[in-house]
Amino acid sequence: MNSALFLALRRMRAPLIVLIGAYAIAVLGMVLIPGQDGEGMPVRMSFFHAFYFISYTATTIGFGEVPYPFTNAQRLWVTFSMYLTVISWFYALGKILQIMQDPSFQQVLASGRFRRSVAGLREPFLIVCGYGETGSELVEAFDHRGVRTVVVDINAARVSEANLAGLHLDVPALVADVRLPDTLVMAGLEHPKCFGIVALTNDDDANLAVAAAARLLRPSLPVVCRCESEETARRMTAFGVPHIIDPFALFGAHLATALRKPGHFLLHEWLTAAPDELLPEPLFPPAGHWVLCGFGRFGSRVARGLEQAGNQVAVIDSDPALATSGKVLCGHGTDRGVLEQAGIGRAVGLIAGTADDVINLSILQIARQVNPELFVVARRNQRANGLLFDAARPSVTVQPAMVVVHECLAYLMAPLLGRFLAAVADRPNEWANELIARIAAITEERVPESWSVTMDDAEAPALAPSLAAGEEPLAILLVDPQRRHERLPVLPLALERDGALQILPPPETLLAPGDRVLFCGRGRARRKQYLTVSDANVLRYVTTGRDVPGGWIWDRVATAREA
Amino acid sequence: MNLEKVVFGFFIVLAMTLNFGFFIGDITAVEQHNVYELYAAIVVNLIATVLKFGDRTQVGALHLATSLVADLQLIAGAVVWAYAEHATGAIDPSTVASVVSLSGGAFLANVVSAVLLIIETSQLRR
Repeated sequence: MNSALFLALRRMRAPLIVLIGAYAIAVLGMVLIPGQDGEGMPVRMSFFHAFYFISYTATTIGFGEVPYPFTNAQRLWVTFSMYLTVISWFYALGKILQIMQDPSFQQVLASGRFRRSVAGLREPFLIVCGYGETGSELVEAFDHRGVRTVVVDINAARVSEANLAGLHLDVPALVADVRLPDTLVMAGLEHPKCFGIVALTNDDDANLAVAAAARLLRPSLPVVCRCESEETARRMTAFGVPHIIDPFALFGAHLATALRKPGHFLLHEWLTAAPDELLPEPLFPPAGHWVLCGFGRFGSRVARGLEQAGNQVAVIDSDPALATSGKVLCGHGTDRGVLEQAGIGRAVGLIAGTADDVINLSILQIARQVNPELFVVARRNQRANGLLFDAARPSVTVQPAMVVVHECLAYLMAPLLGRFLAAVADRPNEWANELIARIAAITEERVPESWSVTMDDAEAPALAPSLAAGEEPLAILLVDPQRRHERLPVLPLALERDGALQILPPPETLLAPGDRVLFCGRGRARRKQYLTVSDANVLRYVTTGRDVPGGWIWDRVATAREA
Repeated sequence: MNLEKVVFGFFIVLAMTLNFGFFIGDITAVEQHNVYELYAAIVVNLIATVLKFGDRTQVGALHLATSLVADLQLIAGAVVWAYAEHATGAIDPSTVASVVSLSGGAFLANVVSAVLLIIETSQLRR
């Protein structure tokens, strides 16, 4: 606000001086030129009367010639004064309007508003740098969960999209370059309620700059970075960025997991998908000969994943430079001859992974005409093309944006979940299948919610005091606080104590202060569980089975009755 | 030599001198205080104020503050004068005394402003 005011004042100097000068000349003239009263005697206007007269003339109000009709000499001067002062006013007003519409002034106003609304945030919030496909999906996902976000993007059109997106919560958005540390500070990097920063711009260098600034200015803040080149990923790792997401490599790894360990893949899908959606169908990609169209960032990493899982991959790309290596067939995936040359007839799977949605869809159609049994993976780049992909029914649709969103959600909303998934990655497939069956039993065909509870005063105020004795088992968190003989549909996935992770802790496990427990289940169960850990009376009912009245008097009465 | 500095210094010093010219004289004698001089002092003070707009430095802020004080005092003096002359009908010595003392306060603010100008100039030894 201050800087906007100063900017406006600085630009208003010339018009204000012109206005003051015009008034001064006109008023002085009116005072110096003698008039005549009713009897024809000479009379001079005082400064007060002259100022009054010029004020209503300059503003084109025009009360007329008071108190006496003017002499011709006065009228000559008034004619001059009218043009002088009215033109000065127009000049000043025009200048004000011009300043108001000036883009740089608007920018100063907008950043002032942004700075104030960020400073006024009282709930935990996340900074999202880059509001493209991925950024908008992520902001929407957090908005759905009631988490505040702050958006910074260099593109004004995208920022106005953020303002018009119809989100439930107010999202402060700013057009600025995230590579400048000042921008990040303005977006709340040093704000005590900021709980994370996500760099999702399509410029790897900008993401690296965000990561570097966040590591230096606030080392303890969780940082998530999207990165599409391995070179930048190495540099980010050197800077100590804990979480780097390469959507293409991530999907390549997922596909390899889906081929080798379908159980693990499904577990990962279930636990990281958006809660309350229908559970995704289990996916069983076949092993054998695969055809891959598009050998760019996505294709090369997926091919690596497929080959690691022991499949053969025939690669088609239109870039002749890639074809020189001999491994890649040069041509378009939409060309039936090229597809047949790549062995589409005997292939079990096809990946349409170019950067163009229409080409991907036409590859899919042509390949299915040759080989209707194909398992088809199609890459969807634009959110707007969702309808087309729904109609084309590929076996799997990959959205690089959603891959990033799920990973961000899992890392930022339930950090324990990421550790859990990493820890169970090398367990056998049967173990994962068994866990899936247990989760399916409690979630009623909907994606389960994952959450963690820390056994401290902030997150479990009722439970924390009795934990020091070490007599409360995990089982009390699995009981319905309204009917203690019934179990809540929740499953404890992991327990973290002193940095060590215990997978699937049994209900008898005794809780200790500072423990963090990762649960999964329906959102309803989560809210009931919150009652147990936060309300001392509910907790007493759950542990003892007696519905104890609250308050000091009833407490005394109850104790007396027992005795 | 910088034309901007000349104009800036000119208006600040002129505001102070005009103000002093009006202020000097017997505090109750209306004939020793010229109303045109008061008018000129107000106009020049207003222009000096506008010239100081937009400077974001510490000294700039102080400059602006002193000018605003001078404006306020001079305009208050002019209002008292106009009210006495047109609303109550006559200018008695006590009215003149209050107008002149108000302009005396404005003069003090203008002196501070001039001192600031000198300090600022002496800091830039170029």
